[in-house]
Amino acid sequence: MIDFSQNHFALFGLAPTYRLDAQQLDAAYRRLQNEVHPDRHAAAAESDRRLALQASARVNEAYRALKNPVDRAQYLLSLHGIDAMSETDTSLPPEFLEQQLERREAVSDASLGGDPRALEQLLAQVRAEMGALERALQSELDAAQPLTAARSTVRKLKFLSKLASDIESAIVDAEA
Amino acid sequence: MALLQIAEPQQALPKKPQRRAVGIDLGTTNSLVATVRNGIPVVLADEQGRPLLPSIVRYGESVEVGYDAQAAQSHDPHNTIVSVKRLMGRGLADLSDARRFPYRFIEAPGLVQIQTRTGIRTPVEVSSEILKALRLRAETSLGGELAGAVVTVPAYFDDAQRQATKDAARLAGLKVLRLLNEPTAAAIAYGLDNGSEGVYAVYDLGGGTFDLSILRLSRGVFEVLATAGDTALGGDDFDHRVYCWILEVSSIGPLSAGDTRLLMMKAREAKENLTLHASAPIVATLSSGETLSLTLTVDTFASITQTLVGKTLGPVRKALRDARLDPSQIKGVVMVGGATRMPQIQKAVAEFFGQPPLNNLNPDQVVALGAAIQANVLAGNRAEGEDWLLLDVIPLSLGLETMGGLTEKIILRNATIPIARRQEFTTFRDGQTAMAIHVVQGERERVADCRSLARFELRGIPPMTAGAARIQVTFQVDADGLLCVSAREQTKGVETSIEVKPSYGLSDTEIARMLQESYAHAADDMNARALAEAQVDAERIATATAGALQTDGGLLLAPERDAIEHALAEVRRLISGEDRRALQAAVDALNRVTEPFAARRMDRGVARALTGRRVDALN
Repeated sequence: MIDFSQNHFALFGLAPTYRLDAQQLDAAYRRLQNEVHPDRHAAAAESDRRLALQASARVNEAYRALKNPVDRAQYLLSLHGIDAMSETDTSLPPEFLEQQLERREAVSDASLGGDPRALEQLLAQVRAEMGALERALQSELDAAQPLTAARSTVRKLKFLSKLASDIESAIVDAEA
Repeated sequence: MALLQIAEPQQALPKKPQRRAVGIDLGTTNSLVATVRNGIPVVLADEQGRPLLPSIVRYGESVEVGYDAQAAQSHDPHNTIVSVKRLMGRGLADLSDARRFPYRFIEAPGLVQIQTRTGIRTPVEVSSEILKALRLRAETSLGGELAGAVVTVPAYFDDAQRQATKDAARLAGLKVLRLLNEPTAAAIAYGLDNGSEGVYAVYDLGGGTFDLSILRLSRGVFEVLATAGDTALGGDDFDHRVYCWILEVSSIGPLSAGDTRLLMMKAREAKENLTLHASAPIVATLSSGETLSLTLTVDTFASITQTLVGKTLGPVRKALRDARLDPSQIKGVVMVGGATRMPQIQKAVAEFFGQPPLNNLNPDQVVALGAAIQANVLAGNRAEGEDWLLLDVIPLSLGLETMGGLTEKIILRNATIPIARRQEFTTFRDGQTAMAIHVVQGERERVADCRSLARFELRGIPPMTAGAARIQVTFQVDADGLLCVSAREQTKGVETSIEVKPSYGLSDTEIARMLQESYAHAADDMNARALAEAQVDAERIATATAGALQTDGGLLLAPERDAIEHALAEVRRLISGEDRRALQAAVDALNRVTEPFAARRMDRGVARALTGRRVDALN
């Protein structure tokens, strides 16, 4: 059905680079799902339907991992044998961590005060910072070797994306 | 069967007979059944020409469903079950509004039951009566047994509610081709009807549930980007506000259960009246002989229901946020569900999105029509040129309980289904040989705030120091949005695995037993039915195999082809006989021998998809 041993990039027929053509990814994703989705095999035997389910799930997983810039970077590093989120090395620059602690406090103040506007501002700030880090990744991952700088950037991005999603939940709560 | 049916462009497969497939909208207030006839989706009406079936079941001398049960509801309220959908997959503790129902509830482990004149009934059984009535209507109308049905559920239904719905359908003797999200069904009907492209929102306010889905329609792909909702918010709640208003302004004494039901009906009539009129009279005679005469104006109605209207906008904002869109990026808002007829809803949606909502499809019927279109495709009746695909999402995150009563999310909400995710866990104590696995669904950090779906234990972990074991837990969500969890320990080659399918109230064997009991047929009939089913199956496989040999025979080596042809001949020989077991064995053999062929045909299909070239262009 599909080659389950292929990496995510190969699955979609893409080069393994951080910079990627989103439209090309979308198109490849749709073409693959068109073939493997369980709806395409609804009348098939049990074993084939199970295979279609697995293949479709695999395609969805790969798509999600490549679509999201942070996940894509983390995945690229893992292809180079680097675990960005390894628990044995959790180092991040202290000034970065301090800044995040301050932000967390600001988020909790704003949500206690029920101030969605302040939360939106914080979210915009975090998103902007993430955008800058993602741009930095283009050269850190696609051009330069070794990948130590990229690893540190990915760790920061993971941190920020968790923060962004927490702010989003706080906004939903504040609006309710 | 092992052959995957890949339609080759410009090569007609052997003509298959149309299989009878239906779409069912199992609603809180009304239910419908629809089918595709000559390429056009139509709702199947009852013998009196009525398309809707009130979702009301009365347990009396016999079981009554629909209008008859509805007529009896105010004089037999304890045995006449309305809005049962609100009870599906729910425990008594989940029902914040239990007092509103006049039933004698019984708390069973994890799910609610109802004491009726004819004994204790579960919501699954009550729903299955409604589904059975629709199945019979469809079989009468289509002239034979159904090949299968697509049953719709609110997009925001959790795993327990979905599982309960599927159980009810199986109990009603339906083969469930797919559980389909209601707003997605509506989008299919709307999108295919209008040839639309772009990002649309579906605002679906039904009798008891609210869904908001955002979909991208592009080149034949319906891709759900995000969904949000409230499974306990619907037209019923507007009726209830009117009912409360009646009590407030009319200072009447304590009401009997029958009076309550009568006033709820009057409230609903008034609500419906206000769709077209500026005011609605409410006149009722209570069991005490007291009479009541009031007038409800549109303005009063709007003001007493303002908070409910506002409550629908929370999920709207949440879904937009999840999809990373703002209202101006929505090309159109499709209105679904009878409750969207209320003028204050139309107004609120128009204001929020800055455009008038789309009302060009019948809001009561559009879900059933979309389900019928999907059922038709899944049953294998895909017409030539009809080439669209549906990519739906899971509405709520799925996870596990970890130390300290916290949730570890494994699959995030709005992930496209089907999906599988694995996560590794380890042991906490030295020498630990078992691990309790608690599966939960919801967005909150604390397990106590999420819905508990299933608990199971993984036993037989080899004793090791704490933290050394590697327990891999796999979550798999299928295209129905149903979850299956498995866990295995995998150090030093030792593997143990267990699989759970959360089931709510009914196990597979229980369903099988209840089905058997409900069959009015004798054992002979059962056998005849089984034989007929096996023959239909065998015919389908034989036809598909022959077609595949014709189109893709070149992928096979001569001895492989011989083996397949031999197995095929055996199936054909037995197909008209009476020996079901022999036929089954021959079909199984054919399945086995065609498995590698199927894989190769699939590879070819995938290769074609990736290069964007057609196979026939390569030949």
